[in-house]
Amino acid sequence: MKPTAKILLLVAGLALAACTNPGRFGADGSTGGVGGGSGGAIVPGSANDPTSTAYFNQTIGDRVLFAVDQSDLTPEGRAVLDGQSSWLLTNTDFTAIIEGHADEQGTREYNVGLGARRANSVREYLISKGVAGNRLRTVSYGKERPIEICSNEACYAKNRRAVTVLAGGLTG
Amino acid sequence: MRFLGMVLLAALGLMSLTAGFAGAQSSGPLRIEITEGVIEPLPFALPVFQAETGDATGVAAQISQVVSGDLVGTGLFREIPATAFISTVSNFADPVQYADWKAINAQALITGAVAVQGNQLTVKFRLYDVFSGAEMGSGLQFSGTPEGWRRMAHKVADAVYSRITGEGGYFDSRVVYVSETGSKDARQKRLAIMDYDGANVQFLTDSSAIVLAPRFSPNGDRVIYTSYETGFPRIYLLDVGSVQRRVLENQEGTMSFAPRFAPDGQNIVFSLSQGGNTDIYAMNVGGGGTQRLTSAPSIETAPSFSPDGSQIVFESDRSGSQQLYIMPAGGGEARRISFGPGRYGTPVWSPRGDLIAFTKQNGGRFHIGVMRTDGAEERLLTASFLDEGPTWAPNGRVIMFTRESQGASGSSTLYSVDISGRNLRPVRTPDGGSDPSWSPLLK
Repeated sequence: MKPTAKILLLVAGLALAACTNPGRFGADGSTGGVGGGSGGAIVPGSANDPTSTAYFNQTIGDRVLFAVDQSDLTPEGRAVLDGQSSWLLTNTDFTAIIEGHADEQGTREYNVGLGARRANSVREYLISKGVAGNRLRTVSYGKERPIEICSNEACYAKNRRAVTVLAGGLTG
Repeated sequence: MRFLGMVLLAALGLMSLTAGFAGAQSSGPLRIEITEGVIEPLPFALPVFQAETGDATGVAAQISQVVSGDLVGTGLFREIPATAFISTVSNFADPVQYADWKAINAQALITGAVAVQGNQLTVKFRLYDVFSGAEMGSGLQFSGTPEGWRRMAHKVADAVYSRITGEGGYFDSRVVYVSETGSKDARQKRLAIMDYDGANVQFLTDSSAIVLAPRFSPNGDRVIYTSYETGFPRIYLLDVGSVQRRVLENQEGTMSFAPRFAPDGQNIVFSLSQGGNTDIYAMNVGGGGTQRLTSAPSIETAPSFSPDGSQIVFESDRSGSQQLYIMPAGGGEARRISFGPGRYGTPVWSPRGDLIAFTKQNGGRFHIGVMRTDGAEERLLTASFLDEGPTWAPNGRVIMFTRESQGASGSSTLYSVDISGRNLRPVRTPDGGSDPSWSPLLK
């Protein structure tokens, strides 16, 4: 309940932010910092700039997690993706590559297939919320790119993920 | 380039059999039945091969060592140390003092001689059945360039192995694999090729992109593999000699992986993912488009041809979990062959056609196993935190695979094991190693 409420607030904030001029993310990440937070001025490209990649990654949430050998979205996952879709519908300059990943408990080839399923679940969901399919590509890394490397469920749970990686943002 | 040239030269010079050696003895008592259960390794004596020319001393010693290493490495043979020898072999042509070898319980005696003349290295050897007091088979002679000395040693060992076990050899072969460095969250992967015993490692790609599961062509001249060079998994074909590569399959919006050659060396099968669904496809490496072999909403992957090219074994989770299936090479009705507890993946058909090797996941452990092609007589050969990806030695008697160790400092190592489950051992590589593919016996 609570996370959902938070997301809705954020989305409301986004709708307002959408009036501001996008297109100044890019390479000036050095000015980004951690994005101050409490009531400071919006630093373009930083996490408190609602049109920034940093904001998408940190505040909206760039990833959803999956149960063992599953590619069905969880309620928490859907809530994150609702935020992603709203953001993408607002920030139309962006495209995204959705990366599907698996934990190390599976054979290599199967995990590539499983990651493809997970990435596709996210893509289909975002499309169902109105994001144009041609803005969303998918790739599976199988078990090749874990972010946590302990060999137990605490790490595996974080590795079974699909990450929406923004690209473009600077249309020609 | 240079390496292949050398190998070809050596190959051309090899196998020039020399007449005049003693006659054969077809089947004496000296015999190892390697399909039988636990056996006592057969003791052999291998006096350092004689140098017949002054500058051959070093290479003669090296060749002797490689021949011994090959035989001992099978777990089927035990070398009697030279310090125990009563006889010395001072001349390759001299008659053998069988009593002296019997006295130290050497069941097999291997003698050899090495000569270097200009750019030609010649190795000859004889194998004796000590207790029968007779030569086993006739003497053989190999010649090639001096750089090819390891291959000649492997050929000697293959001949010895073959005569004693009645099976084909596998020492004169190569392995293509993925060389790995770095921790699990920063792993660097590159293709590498080496002799079966880990010698002569040569890198085929750099580590700028993830590479997976290289597979040899049926004659070992090419390799197909998966690379993320474009940002997406794609199948590449690499010429081992020139190290030139080209992408084979590059449809926008798809991912392709898990390729394997058909026995004809022209067609391949592989997995292609589109819209989250993974199926098996076939194509000719010369071009002409792809042919879809499965169409199920499940994950179909890891296809492998039967040696006669008529069938394909693959894995699918159409039943709800990964299991093994066999279908006709052109697609069509598939029959499930795995029914035990747990999940089964990465099936590979034995070059002899009789068995299928696989990875099994059950109760939090991984196993390499073999079963008959109808699924009968399942036998698990290994157990660990993570074993996967078997590949067959050319004679279908030994399997190499990947073992990944547990935890944050975990790494991948190649291992081999024979099909009775004996002789589990790591294969030495300069860095970590995964996804081995064993070549056929070199020509």
